[in-house]
Amino acid sequence: MTRPLLMILTALSMATAAAALEPSPTTGGTLAVRAALLHIGHGEPIADGGVLIENGRITQVGPFATLAVPQGVNVLQAAVVTPGLIDARATAGLTGMLNIPHDQDMLDHTTAMQPELRALDAYNPQDELVAWLRSLGVTTLHTGFAPGPPLSGQTMIVKTTGATADLAALVPAAAVAVTLSPPRGFGGAGELFTTRAKTVAVLRQDLIRAREYRDKTAAAGRDRKATAPDRDLHLEALARVLDGELALLVTAHRVRDIAGALRLQKEFKLRLWLDGAAEAHQLLPELKAAGVPVLLHPAMARPTGELENAAYSTAGSLQAAGVPFAFTSGYESYVPKVRVVLFEAAVAAGHGLDRLAALEALTLGAARVLGIDRRVGSLEKGKDGDLALFDGDPFEYTTHCLGTVIEGRVVSEIVR
Amino acid sequence: MTRTGPKTTGPKTNGLKTNGLKTTARLALTLAAALTLSPGAAAIAATTAFVHARLIPIDGPETADGLLVITDGRIAYAGNAGGFAVPADATVVDATGRWIMPGLVDTHSHVGGFAAADDSGPIQPGVRVLDDVNVLDAGYRRVVAGGLTTLNVMPGSGFLSSGQTVYLKMRKVGRGEVLNAEDLAYTVDDGQGGRRVLGGLKMANGTNPQKKPPFPGTRGKSAQLVRTSFIKAQEYRAKVTEAGGDAAKLPPRDLDLEALVEVLDGRRVVHHHTHRADDIVTVLRLQKEFGFRLVLQHVSEGWKVADQIAAAGVPCSVIVIDTPGGKLEARDLRFETGAILTAAGVNVAFHTDDWITDSRLFLRSAALGVRGGMKREDALRAVTLAGAEMLDLQDRVGSLTAGKDADFIVLDGDPLSVYTRVRQTWVEGRQVFDLDDPDDRLHADGGQGAGANQTPYLCCADDGGES
Repeated sequence: MTRPLLMILTALSMATAAAALEPSPTTGGTLAVRAALLHIGHGEPIADGGVLIENGRITQVGPFATLAVPQGVNVLQAAVVTPGLIDARATAGLTGMLNIPHDQDMLDHTTAMQPELRALDAYNPQDELVAWLRSLGVTTLHTGFAPGPPLSGQTMIVKTTGATADLAALVPAAAVAVTLSPPRGFGGAGELFTTRAKTVAVLRQDLIRAREYRDKTAAAGRDRKATAPDRDLHLEALARVLDGELALLVTAHRVRDIAGALRLQKEFKLRLWLDGAAEAHQLLPELKAAGVPVLLHPAMARPTGELENAAYSTAGSLQAAGVPFAFTSGYESYVPKVRVVLFEAAVAAGHGLDRLAALEALTLGAARVLGIDRRVGSLEKGKDGDLALFDGDPFEYTTHCLGTVIEGRVVSEIVR
Repeated sequence: MTRTGPKTTGPKTNGLKTNGLKTTARLALTLAAALTLSPGAAAIAATTAFVHARLIPIDGPETADGLLVITDGRIAYAGNAGGFAVPADATVVDATGRWIMPGLVDTHSHVGGFAAADDSGPIQPGVRVLDDVNVLDAGYRRVVAGGLTTLNVMPGSGFLSSGQTVYLKMRKVGRGEVLNAEDLAYTVDDGQGGRRVLGGLKMANGTNPQKKPPFPGTRGKSAQLVRTSFIKAQEYRAKVTEAGGDAAKLPPRDLDLEALVEVLDGRRVVHHHTHRADDIVTVLRLQKEFGFRLVLQHVSEGWKVADQIAAAGVPCSVIVIDTPGGKLEARDLRFETGAILTAAGVNVAFHTDDWITDSRLFLRSAALGVRGGMKREDALRAVTLAGAEMLDLQDRVGSLTAGKDADFIVLDGDPLSVYTRVRQTWVEGRQVFDLDDPDDRLHADGGQGAGANQTPYLCCADDGGES
């Protein structure tokens, strides 16, 4: 149900307002946007604001009247414009819309501990779920292997365009995914770990092995007499975690599992991203003290099982406590196959989280947590021209996303 | 705050004064429920008037300065302020700034902690979900937090027919309150001195019921099994008719066939899970062959066959999901389904399918319907009166209409806004949810302990603080 939507004007003449909105090689990457309310990613919006994007990068931001828009540049207009939205923990692209074996690559059941699996080798940028998210203003996804086994694989950060995983990638490897809640083994005999203590034990053992591997490798680099160990992709991935090059993304919902994640961080000096965290509302001072960001479970995640104590109000609680957090689509094995961070943030905003704080957590806050704020998250000179356009308050259920811009190109013009 | 009439002692609730008869009312309800179990009988013998609320009656235009008067558990008046003489002894509640609309009707819920059905066979119409409902399930606390007052509680869709559904009235459950699911059920006089529990029959097609034998492996086999069952029921009914009341000639009672005969006789509505356009049309074909009364449930691809559905005169209970897919049959699910079906002339309701979507956010489905092009009044009707019609309960609930049960919700803003909260839920003139009550709020917002089922009061064995 694509409908013509964005009102397009050109800086030259109002008379050409009806010109078709077709991204073309001649205009690709350069356009201007004018918004009755322009949210830049933090703080109060700019009334009648404007953004100029040239060659994919933002070159001017401010009140529209102050912009110097070159002749011939298309001007998109919308009531509300925000930075492109960021989904801070997804599986979309590895998990596909149809939920048949053909399109489900987010969990590998052959063995329980596989930090060497790269999201880059599994992400399908052409899956319809990615297009769906793009049509609702999501421009950046932190996606990868799903929660499940103790070590399911790696994650990556992509833009929601790009014909291949390589073209979509913003960060080809971002984190290694660990699951503590619920403890669940995969694979064959000896790997069906079903207790929390065993799960932590095998993780610690693996990280210790990786530390020894890293130390031996480093020693061989310093001393020609020392023998370098044979390359081991499994231990290499964990060594990158120990070096802080990759984050350790730990899915933990229960208080004891969140505490377990904090213990791992302390023991191995990891860059920890706490994922899910349904009971984070019970540990706010501890999280604040540990300086750990939370990739919060979707507000609408079902409050059953490990999430039985989940609350719509947790985002508001994290904000009030000063714990950095971002919104996620999490992982769903059934319906809806992917959640939409715009909708999840809306429910948080309807349950105690300040609207502007919600918008910041969806954009600049998420970019900071993920370490990509030099490229995305806010509308600032030099950053990527990634925008979402709305016909009203983005969080209202009845508002439509009118279009999405990535690096100065209109990548969706579905009214949804 | 304006207040007239007798002294009240009720708690202040953020600008909205509840009536002050809580203790008495609880006792009255308990007694009434124990005696008759009949909706409407459990009532507060008093009149309460909610003044200055914005009223959304559903069966008429919204009223900016409205008056809602409830007496004995029923609505005495709903309309413009001044259109009704409030009795001098009425409790008057100043509802300035609040919005009041009917309690929401959910035509498809799985709340109650029951099993979908067992795997003994694909067609089990004799099974009643009522016998597996746990009224203490925490889900029912979320149900009233979302403003839902009437539910069609259904067994699962992994069966051609998983059994009988039950229409529940969300009366207060728990200690000293309702503990037997039957006391939540809508009932009617059975003509034999008892009450008949109201409910439909759950049926399903498409991929969910397809499993290993004796379940069907294909769509064709599914339809064949259903047709065979209905034909058996027709033959059973003929034998009963032929017996002419002679017990010696009656066939042995068969609960499965009895339920199907109720369907054939139009006394039990079929609530049919179906997603894909061809599956929807298959249901319409069976309906035409056997003449049963039908509500199409989910109807993900209903937009593709809207005209056929409209021509059949069959209502649709539509699910709203944030993203299409998750199963092949739902790949073409759309926000626009409600709008397209309504435009085609189909009576449209929404449902939660809870746990698929959360009862606390049921109004969100109506709002997403508007996002998909539905008119506001149609979307609000789709979570109230349209659902009541699909459950044959339109004379009792679904609108703020004099004579109907006093089931309503008090909101602090537009029901279609994400920023609006359900502040209070009332059933039969009694408040069953109050956002200002900490325990109710826990279930509305979630948090530590929200997932725990309520503890039943065990006399003399635990210290519940109540007797």
